[in-house]
Amino acid sequence: MTDVAIVGIGMHRFGRTDGVSGRAQAVHAAREALRDAGLRFSDLRFGFGGSHSAGDADTLVSELGLTGLPFINVANGCATGGSALIAADAAIRSGQHDLGIVIGFDKHPRGAFNTDPAEHGIGAWYGETGLMVTTQFFGMKIQRYLHDTGIDPAVLATIAEKAFRNGARNPMAWRRKEISAAEIAAAPMISHPLTQYMYCSPGEGAVALVLCRADRAREYTGRPVLLRSAAFRSRRYGSFEVFAPWLAAERADSPTVEASRAAFEAAGIDPSEVDVAQVQDTESGAELMHLAETGLCAHGEQEKLIADGDTELDGRLPVNTDGGCIANGEPIGASGLRQVYENVLQLRGAAGAHQVPGEPRVGFTHVYGAPGISACTVLTR
Amino acid sequence: MIGNLRTVDDSLFIETAEGVALRGSRCADCGAYTFPYQGGCPRCTGDSMIEVPLSRTGTLWSWTVQGFRPKPPYTGTADSYGVGYVELPGELIVEARLTEADPERLRIGMPVELVLVPFRTDESGVDVHTFAFGEARHD
Repeated sequence: MTDVAIVGIGMHRFGRTDGVSGRAQAVHAAREALRDAGLRFSDLRFGFGGSHSAGDADTLVSELGLTGLPFINVANGCATGGSALIAADAAIRSGQHDLGIVIGFDKHPRGAFNTDPAEHGIGAWYGETGLMVTTQFFGMKIQRYLHDTGIDPAVLATIAEKAFRNGARNPMAWRRKEISAAEIAAAPMISHPLTQYMYCSPGEGAVALVLCRADRAREYTGRPVLLRSAAFRSRRYGSFEVFAPWLAAERADSPTVEASRAAFEAAGIDPSEVDVAQVQDTESGAELMHLAETGLCAHGEQEKLIADGDTELDGRLPVNTDGGCIANGEPIGASGLRQVYENVLQLRGAAGAHQVPGEPRVGFTHVYGAPGISACTVLTR
Repeated sequence: MIGNLRTVDDSLFIETAEGVALRGSRCADCGAYTFPYQGGCPRCTGDSMIEVPLSRTGTLWSWTVQGFRPKPPYTGTADSYGVGYVELPGELIVEARLTEADPERLRIGMPVELVLVPFRTDESGVDVHTFAFGEARHD
């Protein structure tokens, strides 16, 4: 089997772009990725892509070019981008195709998501009585986690403060203003113990990646980044997930634990070798928990890690270097690919004001979402 | 109607000698519980689920307070309310509204019991009930 390389990256700035459709943002990202790789759309042999609420990715060809390539829509909730990437990885690794594109984009209305329980196989009562609210899940998961680990809840504001600090250095981020931990902690409570500034918001944005057989990567770029692995897992009996009217009495590992383990094993890389990591921070408690669930540190170790500055841009394990979901918002279809985009920038040494020092070699990304899924990647240069 | 009360969904409940209970299912093959009732077993993947009333008492496993009025499909009258997961011993952990919404009065491990509470009125002004857990009275 051949290896897979990312040779072109493109993004439409995250946040709110009034008057520009999600599809238009996707086209912009695709053209940027093609320009980055020195390619035309007619050079591509396949496409995978999707959005949650901004239209079908395969219709983008009417703007990008009607070349007859197979373009397959991917609709997989929060793992839409990750799943598109996994499909592209398999297409190249299997030898089916040599060169193609993945595109993730979205444009959500303001405010928290309102999801129809029926789409998740849950009765209407769940929504009517006020339980179909994602923010509650995150509040209850971190509440239990703080209880079990004894970690000081004050760390939740520290994590969000870092997100805004990194976002302020990232020209593609939505939230570009630093907010102090004190102000974050004092903000209105959304779902105890999480305040307004600890949560990300649904937003807009688009990311595109051009991928090819690794042995041909130098034809398109002087700085190829290898997609060493991409893995996806759904929930097992006993894990604690969003939109769960009940949990099993016995506890099982989360899909994050299994997806990250699979990604590291497939890459032949140990979590301790990671130089830069993007982990799902739907809210700051999620970053705290996912740091340990992904194997990047031990449970309970996060508090010291964060207090020592290890997760800062110049720390031992920089995390969410572009500001993460908290500073970028979460356009569902694009969010997972944003993480990969950021790691490619970091491994190229092209992240500018938010560049991690020391020429990072190994990047890790992690997505988590409804209804209990996780997608992870390992990148190297 | 369950015990003369209008509920959000009668299929969630079952009347027992001890009072109204949540209607769950238990796998005749592996013993796993679910709520609400469902036909397939999520643990052993079989299809031998039997209807069972779930325990009316348990302990608070985790909790939060909903701090803003949710978008539709929420239909309740309260803008802010407690939400928790309650461990029903030997069965499962069920998500429910809590009768308490003050963080100072909620703690993981506290004994709680099932109650039916009104959460909205219907078009003719009749209270519609859902299930909730509140601090156990006999504690």
